[in-house]
Parts: sequence; structure tokens; C-alpha cells
Amino acid sequence: MATMVTSTKTVTKTGKGSGSKFPGPNGNGKKNGHEFLDADSRAHRYRIGMWVGLASIAMMFTALSSAYIVRAASANDWFPLAMPRVLLASTAIILASSATFEVARRKLKAPTVAAYSRWLLITAFLGLAFLVSQLIAWRQLRAQGVYLSTNPHSSFFYLLSAAHAIHLFGGLLALLYLLVRARHVLSDGAVDVRRRAAADAVGIYWHFMDVLWIYLFLLLFFWR
Amino acid sequence: MGRVLAVIIWLLTLLSVVIFFNKKWWLPPAISDHAPALDRQFVLTIIIVGIAFTAAQVGLGWMVWKYRDSGRADDRALYTHGSNRLEVIWTVITAIVFIGLGVMGQRVWASLRLHDAPPGSYSVEVVAQQFQWNFHYSGKDNVFGRTDPSLIDDSALNFIGIDEADPSAKDDAVTSSLVIPVNRPVELKLRSKDVIHSFWVPPLRFKQDLVPGMEIKVHFTANKVGKYELACAELCGQLHFKMKSYMLVLPEDQLTALRALPQEQFQAKLQELLTNTPLAPSY
Amino acid sequence: MSETHEVHRHPAPTGFIRKYIFSVDHKVIGIQYIMLALAAVVVGMLMSLLMRLNLSWPGTKWSILETLFPAGAPGGVMNPEFYLSLVTMHGTIMVFFVLTTAPQGGFGNYFLPIQIGAEDMAFPVLNMLSFWVTFVGFIVILAAIFLSGSDSTVGPIGGWTGYAPLSALGAIAGPGQGMGMNLWIISIAIFCVGSLLGALNFITTLLNMRTRGMSLMRMPLTCWAWFTTAVLALLSFPVLLGGGILLLLDRTAGTSFFIPGGLYVSGVLSGSNPNFPLHTGGSPILWQHLFWFFGHPEVYIAILPGMGATSHILATFARKPVFGYRAMVFAIFAIGLLGFFVWGHHMFISGMSPYSAIAFSVLTLSIGVPSAVKTFNWIGTLWGARIRFSTPMLFALGFVSLFVAGGITGLILGQSSLDLPMHDTYIVPAHFHLVMGVASIFGMFAATYFWFPKMFGRLMNERLGQIHFWITFVGVYSIFVPMHVMGLVGMPRRFSSFTEYEFLKELHPLVVFVSIAAIITITIQLLFYFNVFWSMFKGKKAGDNPWEATTLEWNTTSPPPHDNFAGVIPSVYRGPYEFAVPGAPKDFLMQADSGAEVTSGNGHNGHKH
Repeated sequence: MATMVTSTKTVTKTGKGSGSKFPGPNGNGKKNGHEFLDADSRAHRYRIGMWVGLASIAMMFTALSSAYIVRAASANDWFPLAMPRVLLASTAIILASSATFEVARRKLKAPTVAAYSRWLLITAFLGLAFLVSQLIAWRQLRAQGVYLSTNPHSSFFYLLSAAHAIHLFGGLLALLYLLVRARHVLSDGAVDVRRRAAADAVGIYWHFMDVLWIYLFLLLFFWR
Repeated sequence: MGRVLAVIIWLLTLLSVVIFFNKKWWLPPAISDHAPALDRQFVLTIIIVGIAFTAAQVGLGWMVWKYRDSGRADDRALYTHGSNRLEVIWTVITAIVFIGLGVMGQRVWASLRLHDAPPGSYSVEVVAQQFQWNFHYSGKDNVFGRTDPSLIDDSALNFIGIDEADPSAKDDAVTSSLVIPVNRPVELKLRSKDVIHSFWVPPLRFKQDLVPGMEIKVHFTANKVGKYELACAELCGQLHFKMKSYMLVLPEDQLTALRALPQEQFQAKLQELLTNTPLAPSY
Repeated sequence: MSETHEVHRHPAPTGFIRKYIFSVDHKVIGIQYIMLALAAVVVGMLMSLLMRLNLSWPGTKWSILETLFPAGAPGGVMNPEFYLSLVTMHGTIMVFFVLTTAPQGGFGNYFLPIQIGAEDMAFPVLNMLSFWVTFVGFIVILAAIFLSGSDSTVGPIGGWTGYAPLSALGAIAGPGQGMGMNLWIISIAIFCVGSLLGALNFITTLLNMRTRGMSLMRMPLTCWAWFTTAVLALLSFPVLLGGGILLLLDRTAGTSFFIPGGLYVSGVLSGSNPNFPLHTGGSPILWQHLFWFFGHPEVYIAILPGMGATSHILATFARKPVFGYRAMVFAIFAIGLLGFFVWGHHMFISGMSPYSAIAFSVLTLSIGVPSAVKTFNWIGTLWGARIRFSTPMLFALGFVSLFVAGGITGLILGQSSLDLPMHDTYIVPAHFHLVMGVASIFGMFAATYFWFPKMFGRLMNERLGQIHFWITFVGVYSIFVPMHVMGLVGMPRRFSSFTEYEFLKELHPLVVFVSIAAIITITIQLLFYFNVFWSMFKGKKAGDNPWEATTLEWNTTSPPPHDNFAGVIPSVYRGPYEFAVPGAPKDFLMQADSGAEVTSGNGHNGHKH
């Protein structure tokens, strides 16, 4: 089935390859080949990366949740703890921190970054307050003689809340990073697209931590 | 080069098929009621496997034998991106064969696992530990004496924690070998003291893990008298390879006589039977 | 068509440390992963060699063993626990540090960005981190060899699957189960993190950074394979991490996730003495569910990149498009997706519900369908081809043969009824070694010989490559086919010795045969190592496209410059496997060649879809 190349009767490629025998680049939405440097694309990249990363975090907590449910059913030593009241404060604090983060994010449109930084700082303090409230809860339980290995429910409580706290602490570090970057004044006053993308990505993470907390809270204290 | 590769592939295929079907190394002669159906399913599967394996290797070899590059610039391969029709056809056929095989392969499983042991089964409690088997027989009263982990004392040879105070434990016996009747459903209640073990008697075509914290009930029917080796089939520690015992299948009357004996004599008689019975041939 | 750009994202690094140690260049990181795998596989192979010696000539006094491991092999004869620690570490090192590093982190890292026309991965710093985290994991597993807590083992003894309670009880359950087991868990947990960072990068890069014209359906099949593998890793490794944390807590914090109550271990009752704290209510089967939920996708993680490489290399050296490209993509998806729903086939007799066993069994057999479809398409790619029998092609063809051999026995093991006699017998290692330990490795060999000239600018020695192929190909068949019939007879897994059982005695000649084949096959790998390292410096110089291949990596220099394309990012004009296009001047059209003009002598446009 070999064919020979001939010189006439050729169809030449024109423009974006419309006349060519072979389909021209139909692109995938990009204008040029240098998306690597393109600010829009990089913004998109942070968001995609964040969602992908959150999928893996969600998967780990799903695994732990299924272990929780199986363990609850596997023996008759399941005695759920009474909810330490301070955890209601935890919930309120983290919900508030999501709200303050959103305020911060929206302030990023303005020419100055003072408001943005201020609200970031408030969010960070709320995050810290959340962690403190978790510590208070653990201390209260310890004072009652409830430790990691006391009973299966307490094991899961400590484990899940600690795992969440560790991830939240990572989020705090990310907030700090945004704060540090916010101090750099932009030469033309316009908001750097990349900064917005980073803020968006951290926001997705932060809200996820919020939702995750609520889920864990419900699982630990309201699931029967 | 292509020819050499094809020949080597075909030779390897031939040798592989021969090593299977010469039956020099094969499943041992079966001794259980469910084995014929299982073996039939196995033979059906291995035939399909053999056909698929051979066909693929022959096809692969054929392609590399025939389609060599001649090195001439004008000699080109067939330009095709495939055939949707072919994709559909071979996907459907494969799906029917594979899934059909899969569904068929559930029948033996269902017969063994989805029902409890039939009433009148001969019941034995099995408690595995690192690195021995303990078989608990209920004695003449057909009631198992109470056991409790807190009563276990290996050094005092109370391996499974029998409560001596329980009257129904008086006629119980605990040995390290399994003795069961021929042609009668046997129910095993499987437990473990420490880690996961697995009950495995190859001619029985039967295997089941013993999981700490669970009592797993299984049943089968042995249909050939004899002595068979019993191995542990789940890694349980360094002496896993030595966790050996025997399964003795006796005619019903002999077993009844054995069970009528008081404890110590039961152990001794069982030992004697084990020593004097030759091992059933494994091939 | 070229566009230059003004700003380099980051200039090429200078200095040895930034260039070769803490590099953020995906090409360097890819090579680092490959080097890690090359080191790990030596450790793994040596361990398997020791195992074979012990099984085949039991009681032999190996003086070298006595010198190296006086407690593990007193008098030169291996202890059972020493053997079991070899089994455990061999499996762990091979599965994680060889099969989950080189195919994905190694070749994937190097070539995914180039094949899609990107200058680097989406997150280069994260990429560097993922390698170094993995490296730390490797150091920790090596530490487990030396710090297992027992002189007589080289690590824990629970198998790479680490079933609880054996793995959860601690030192009381056996030698090596103390510190060695802790380090094992920690190493794997670290590995999980490294893997997840990598997966994140792969997925984001592929979704976001394809060059103009590189639509998803124009990507080489290697990219599809790496993408699916990354998704599998993303969703399965976190489950292993979760399970590992629970296991570590059971061992060190007195929790009872996997340890039930009422245990009596080594003469000690649970809760009766500080050596054995009280546990209640845990479920050993829970560990198995968590482990295998990860473990099954893991084996597809190990094989999918090899499948992608095979498709790619077969087309290149057959001088023909891949047969059924779309079907191949769907098959990769199907394998990946179904791979999440079949984990229970490792647990048919574990004590889990027999009803779920039925569901898992039927699903398992259905996963054979996309695998078969891929095999048909590989053979279809060869039909009407003009095959060039280079070393990469030989290994790719070997992959197809071995994948069929290994995969087809899945039809036996996947049926719950047949698993009753076969579970935990040698037919299981026969099956998984053929697919994972051989087919997957052949995929990596093929990839190495294929891409070596691109990575190092020099070709590997063809003669040595061919010898390597023939001996390894015959060798691996000789090692693993006999294991199938050993399993039929009933030979159990993880036995350090077969001398206790009469029914195993007839297998001894086969055991010896397998070991001799293994010794020969392992030894010939020295040729490969020599070839790799010698050719890096003395191999015949390769041009940009020594194989006359079509994908983007062959459009740039060998090796590629720091930003992959010297500032001129190619655009893509056609699919990845346009070989033998009628009317084209040569028998291949590169993806990035816009100016290719072709006539067809018979009037149609030459495409037959």
C-alpha cells in the first residue's frame, strides 16, 4: 500500500491548516505555546493543583471514616464520648474564619492591599484560635481520664481531630505565606494575577478545612 | 530476528502448556463432595486459559514472523488506525467468556459458603495458635465445654482455655490432630488465639482463614477414608512452615467408638491411629 | 513555525548542587528516580537470590551467610525468621521503590512534560520534594534492615502485606516485629506522601500545560498511562497512609483498631502484663480492607506505564499507527476504574462476607476484558507492520507475551471457588511476578533502551541489549511458569522450608530448576547495568531522532536543553502515531511537523478511520 510522493496536485497548508490534508493545530484553548509563562494559565494551574491535592486529603479522611464506621460495628465496646462543649466554639471559630478569608479575598481587587492583609491576619488569628480550642478540648478530655487508647471512640476522636489540626496548621502556614507576599508592593498597582491565583488556591484549601471539620464533628458526635 | 523470536515464543508456549497438561504436577486426588464440581470448573477454566494463552502467543509469534521491515524505503506498513467493528466484536466476546466464567465460578462457592452446615453435621472447634493446631471435640454429650481466653494456660497444656468447672467439658477432648467421619458433613468452628492462620488440606480443596476475634463456621464433607497432611496457609510468624498437623478421616463406626473413649484414651488411640495409618498418596 | 519568548521562567541552574542534587528540572528528577530504582532493584534481587538458595538447598552451610549474618544464619544455615524478613523486604522494596518509582516518577517525570510540549512540570519545586521525600523513605526502609530490633532478621517478618494482628502486636508476635515493623510502617508512610506529591504534579501538568494542538486525543499513550496511574496513586495511597497510621497507633499507643480482645500470644494474655496491653474489639479484616483498597490499584500503578510504553514503542518500531487508539484509551480508563472495585479478591477466604466475595469475583473477571482488548490491539498494531527488531522493540514484544502469560491466570485466581484451593499457594506469586515482576520490568527495560539516547545523547549497545533480552526472556519464563504447577500441587507461600511435608517432596526438582534459572537471569542483569553506565560515556552518539519516532521528545536535542525546546515550543499538527501515511515523503510524520506535504496517489486523503 505504499504511495509515492508527487510534486504537483499538492494541497498546501494555509493559515491554521485549513487547507492541509492533515488537521492543523486545533489548539486546546491556548493562544500560543508559552502557557508555562502565561499568568492566566498559571493561576489555573494553582487551582487545579489544589483541587487535585484536596482529592487525596479527602481520600485519606474517607479511609479513616470507613475505619470508624467499621470499628463501631465490629464489637460491642463502642461508647461515644460526650461532646466537649468547647468544640461548639471551635466550629463557630472556623466558620467565621472562612467568612473572614472570603472578605480578604474580595478585598484583593482594590488598589491597595491593606484591607486584604488585615483580613488575612484576622483569618490567621481565627485559625490559631481554632487550634487553641482543640487543645482545650483535648486537655478537658485528659482531665477526665480519656486518652487515645481509652476506648475506640476516643481513639478516633484524637486521631481525626489531630489529623485535621495538622492539615489546618499547614493552611495557617499558607496564610502566612500570603501575608508575607502581600507586603510586596506592585509596581503598577494592579493586582498580580498570580497573587490572586495563590489567594484563590489557599482559599479553596481553607474552606475545605472548614467543611472537613464540620463533617468530622458531625461524624464523631452525631452519627449513630 | 523475527523468525527467531517467533520460534522462541512458540517453544516457550509449548513448554508451558506441556508442563501443565502432562499432569505430573497437578491437584492432588480429591476427597471431598464439592471437589468434582470445583475440579470441573477448574478444568473448564484452564482449558479456556490455555486456549487464550496459546492463541495470543501464536498470534504474536505469527505477526513477528511475517511482518519484518525489508529496509526498502517504498515498503511501508499498512496504514490503519484500527477498526471499531473489530473492537466491539472482540470486546463483547471476551466479556461473555470472562464474565460467564466468573458467574459459573460462583456455584461451588455458593454451595459451600452461603448456607450453614446442614443439621446433623459433625462439629469440631478449631483453635489455632502460633505454631500448633488445637481441635476441640465435644465428646459423647455433643456439647462443647465452655472456654474462656482468661483460662488459657499453655504451660499447663490448657491451650484453648477449657473451663474445667463446666460439666459438659468433662468428656471433651482437645488434640492437635483433626479426626472426622467419612461421608458426613463436618462443621468447623474456626478461631484463633493470636494472629491469622489458615486451615488447608490440599486434597479437600478447602481453605479458610482463622481470624482472631471472630468465630468462622465452615462446612464440607470428606468422602475418602485416610490420613492427610494439614498445613497453615497464612503467614503467622517464623514457624509458619512448621505448623503442621493431620486430618484423619475415619469410617463412622470407628469414629463413634473413638469418641466413646474417655479423654486420655481418646488422645492415645488417636495417636495410635495416626501412626499406623499411611499417608494418602498426594498424586 | 516558531515564536521566541522574552522571559525565561527560571534560568538554567549553575553549580553541582542545584544542577544534580536539588534540581527542580523534571529531567534531572526523572533520572534521580531511575537511579533510585536501579539501586533498590539490586537490593531486592539479592534478597530473592538468598531466598532461592535457602529453598533449593536447605541445610547447606553457606559460609558467606554466616559471615554477613551470624545471627540470622548461624552456621551458614538461614533461620526461618531471616527468610521471612527477606520475603517481607523483597516485596516491599520491589513494589514500592522499584515498580512505583521508575515507570512513573522516572520515565513519566522525564517525558510527560516533553511529550505534551511543556517546559517543565506544573510545580517544579514540589517535584523535587517528591523525589527527596521518596528518597528519605528508601533510607528508612534500609534502616529497617539494620535496625529491625532483632539480630536474626533483616526487617519485619509479616510479608509486604503486613497483616494484622501479626503486624500490630509488636515484638511479642515474633522477631523483627518490633522496631523493624515500626520503621517499615514509617518508610511506607513517607513513601505515600512522596507519591501523592508526584501524582498531584502529573495530573495538573497534563490538564493544564499541553501545547497548542495537543488535544487529549492526540496525546501519546504513554501520557494517558501516566495520567491514569497518577489518578490511581492519588486516590489509593491516602488509604494506605490512613491504614498505616492506624497500625502504628495500635503498635505504639495501645489503640485497638485491628487487634481484637481475648488474645493469648506467646504465653501472655492480653492485658495481663505490660508486654501486652489490653486490647478489645479491633478487626484484623479491617486492615486487609484498607491495605487492599490501596493494594489493588497499586498493581495497576505498577503496570500501566509499562503498557503505555509498550504501545508507544510497538507503534514506533512497527512503523504503523497504534491499532485502536481510542479503544486503548478507554481500556486504560476501564482498568484504572475497575481496579478500585476488585480489592476483595485478595480476601475471598479472609472471613469477610461470602456475598461480597461473589461481587468481587465477578468484577475481577470483568477487568480481564480491557486487558484482553489491549492485547488484541497490540497484536493488531503488528499486523501488516514493518517491524524493526531493535532492543526496545524486543522488550516491548516481550512485554506483550509476558503480560498475556501472567494476566491470563487471573481468570483462575479471580474465581472465588477456585481460589479456595489456590489462595496462598505458589500460583499466586507465579501470577503476580509474571505481571508485576516481569512484564512491568520489561516495560521499563523497553523504555530504558528506547529513551536512553534522548536522555544521554548516546545509544546503548545493541549487541549487549539483545543478549540481555534473550536470556532474560527465556529466563523469566523458566522461573515463573513452573511456580504455577507448584501451586496446583498445593505448595504454600511464605514457607521458609518445604521439608516438613510429604506432599511437597515431589516438587523439589522444580524448586531447584527455578533457582538455577533465577541465578542465571539475575546474573545477566549485570550486562544491563554495564550497558547503561558504560553507554552514558562511551555509547555511539545519537542524533535527535535515532528511532525515526514521531512524538515531541524527538523534535528536540539529545539530551534536551534545560527548558526542553530551546525557547521554541512546538505546536502539534496530528496524532502521535502517524506512521506509514500514504503519500508522505518518509514513513513517519512527526507530531510537530507543520510543513509536511503529502499527496496520495489514489485521491483520498490517506486516512482510514
